Amino acid sequence: MRALLISKWTKVAVFLLCLIPFADLVWRIIKRDLGANPVEFLQHATGDWTLRFLVFTLSITPFRKLLKLPDLIRFRRMLGLFAFFYVCLHFLTYLGPDQSFDLSAMWKDVAKRPFITVGFTAFVLLIPLAMTSTAGWIRRLGGKRWQLLHRCIYAAAVCGVIHYYWLVKSDVRKPLFYGALVGILLLWRLGDWFFKRRSQALLRISAPGVSVNG
Amino acid sequence: MLIRKAPDLTYADITPKSVYADRRKFLRAMGIVGATVAAGKSLFDLALPPQTVFAATQFTGLAKSPFSTTEKQNSLNDVSHYNNFYEFGSEKSDPAKNAQNFKTSPWTVSVEGDVKTPRKFSMEEILKLAPLEERIYRHRCVERWSIVVPWIGFSFNVLAKLVEPTPKARYVAFETFFDRRQMPHAGGGIDFPYVEGLRLDEAMNPLALLSVGMYGETLPPQDGAPVRMIIPWKYGYKSIKSLVKIRFQEKEPPTTWNRYSSEEYGFYSNVNPNVDHPRWSQSKERRLGEIFMRSTVMFNGYGDQVAGMYNGMDLKKYH
Repeated sequence: MRALLISKWTKVAVFLLCLIPFADLVWRIIKRDLGANPVEFLQHATGDWTLRFLVFTLSITPFRKLLKLPDLIRFRRMLGLFAFFYVCLHFLTYLGPDQSFDLSAMWKDVAKRPFITVGFTAFVLLIPLAMTSTAGWIRRLGGKRWQLLHRCIYAAAVCGVIHYYWLVKSDVRKPLFYGALVGILLLWRLGDWFFKRRSQALLRISAPGVSVNG
Repeated sequence: MLIRKAPDLTYADITPKSVYADRRKFLRAMGIVGATVAAGKSLFDLALPPQTVFAATQFTGLAKSPFSTTEKQNSLNDVSHYNNFYEFGSEKSDPAKNAQNFKTSPWTVSVEGDVKTPRKFSMEEILKLAPLEERIYRHRCVERWSIVVPWIGFSFNVLAKLVEPTPKARYVAFETFFDRRQMPHAGGGIDFPYVEGLRLDEAMNPLALLSVGMYGETLPPQDGAPVRMIIPWKYGYKSIKSLVKIRFQEKEPPTTWNRYSSEEYGFYSNVNPNVDHPRWSQSKERRLGEIFMRSTVMFNGYGDQVAGMYNGMDLKKYH
């Protein structure tokens, strides 16, 4: 398993897999197979894939620990950057067809529409994460600070789910599904942090106990 | 020229259309729409057996209407594959998939309430109430997309005058057919059966269309077969589909989307670029088939015919 995870070719394969949704959209554009409302199709598809890739990225840490596969970390940056790639496409389908590339109209819309505001916030939160995703930036920021900054992904994922929830007219099943996934992944972290703290505290308390017995 | 009334036109007759409808799809898929039709037809006839699911029938001798727009029409394929019909699922592509076995014949529409002569109409009777007209209307959804559709039907007021509303009647309530066995995908958070309503003067406005078809044919099930309302100056959800009950009454009737969220969906729901949906602007819309959005027009461009009905009304309050 480990050999597979650290193989260069696995990384290449995952990279190509992540491109399939994009290739599918390009293919559909060429074939004009985007349904009656192509713009909406592209907006929804890129939005969906952004949320999916955020969920994939957030899944890496729990899976590493639960499955005892630390090498999964090799894929986290790539998945995160694909989330950013799809959110950029998503943003372009809004800025272009919806706002006719008119930045001042876009700012007004961002300020006025809560569901746009929260979606735009998620997008903006992901920009520094993409920019500081290189090894050089980790070094420059220092591991601790870098990690702190990259917790922005939690907020971005929550904002993304709210954005979706506020968009739908009445059928909230899909936004709630993503909400549940993000919720589980964040709660797992909370639980992990809580138990780690407790076990550290127990360790500190039980240390003198050893001498009592001894 | 007016209206050759086909005396023996029954609802389930004339040319079953499924075969050549699918041929169209087939040709499009092959990317050879420009190729010779004859060759395509014979090729297709060999390739696939005729289907038994829903088959449209053609109308002939349709009268033209002065209310028709000359704007470019959307394709039948777009209008029948991008539907909000939550009885058949809440995704736009669901109704086209889930409504194909919807049983629309025999069909009865019950007209009741404050009328002199309450009665039930069979579909055959409805088709003979008035000469059928083709009306090419703009249709604007509250979700900010719009289409141009050649509907077939006649003014709703023809039926209304026949049953003679009493002076007590001030509103008309409409109800969509509902049967969970036929509509197992019904959902999306709203209550069923779907209900809608109009003020009596709105219902009597000649623009309010009782529609039995589109694109020269009977309505596809996913577009509200066999009979529906079309209220072109209001958001699409007011144009209730697959009608089974019409009730004239004194009180303003409840409406499905208003019950779901009254701040978002008012009873009137006139197309109005100046009154935003709480969550999004209504000033623009995307015509299906176009990339950029266009400006939305007050009353969807039907102000000349309908604005008078709302004189002195606060259209923000009564949105």
